[in-house]
Amino acid sequence: MSQSDSAAIGHVHRDDIGAKMGMWVFLFTEVLLFGGMFLVYAVYRFQHPELFKLAAFELNTALGTFNTIVLLTSSLTMVLAIVAIQKNKKKLSLFYLASTVGFALVFMAVKYFEWTAKFSHGIYPGSDELLSRQNGEILFFGLYFIMTGLHALHVIIGVIIILFLYVFVKRGKVTHDNYVKLENGGLYWHLVDLIWIFLFPLFYLIH
Amino acid sequence: MEQGNTEHKEHSHGYGLYVLVWLGLIALTSITVTVAGVDFGNIALPIALFIAAIKSGLVINYFMHIKFEEPIFKVFLLLSGMTLLVIFILTFFDVFYR
Repeated sequence: MSQSDSAAIGHVHRDDIGAKMGMWVFLFTEVLLFGGMFLVYAVYRFQHPELFKLAAFELNTALGTFNTIVLLTSSLTMVLAIVAIQKNKKKLSLFYLASTVGFALVFMAVKYFEWTAKFSHGIYPGSDELLSRQNGEILFFGLYFIMTGLHALHVIIGVIIILFLYVFVKRGKVTHDNYVKLENGGLYWHLVDLIWIFLFPLFYLIH
Repeated sequence: MEQGNTEHKEHSHGYGLYVLVWLGLIALTSITVTVAGVDFGNIALPIALFIAAIKSGLVINYFMHIKFEEPIFKVFLLLSGMTLLVIFILTFFDVFYR
């Protein structure tokens, strides 16, 4: 196996499983962070089912669906970047990483237009327009902004991580027999995708 | 595969497997959007969550590679999932029977 060979030559201590375990522990703290918000969402939706439905009609389902597909595709290109580096195809891996960043930026651009459209209709946390509405709607939009906002923050952090990984691959710090950094970056990116998989039906698909 | 060393295990999955998983995820997305247009009343939410659960199963098992990882990772995942579930159940007991 090429990996035990290189470990024997390099004499560098490496614990890839330990590295991934650490990443997973971090991901669980993220799951609990978002989990708490999903819990708040669940309770308030249970208390205000009709108003949540009413408020959700104002979200753009087509844009939400488009962004879901963009994010799923970015997850694919991320995992393909790992397959490419495993096969020692550096250029291809760099191409997939760049595509992942590209899709992430498309996602953020769509989010920008969605949010500015809401702002121009006077809907943002604490706005007079929003506060004049009933409690359920205020809660819906409050949760919408905080949850998709925190998710968008994760997308931005993910982009920064992937840009670092791009440099690592380019400079040969991540190679076909040492790519645990790329795997851990990928895990983070897939978690971002995973959270969106739940945010999407809960906010955009209530009818 | 070799015995328990701490390096990567080789998985010779080609690009094809992941493209298939991606196609499945896109298909499930179109299903959940289509289903949302139909009035299923009270079971609309369980249906949407069920589809989301299948999608996350695909992402976790294939993209996040859990299916091919050491058993300890599955234990980790189960533990955190159960923790979240317990928090949800206890909170809902409080909300329902208040």
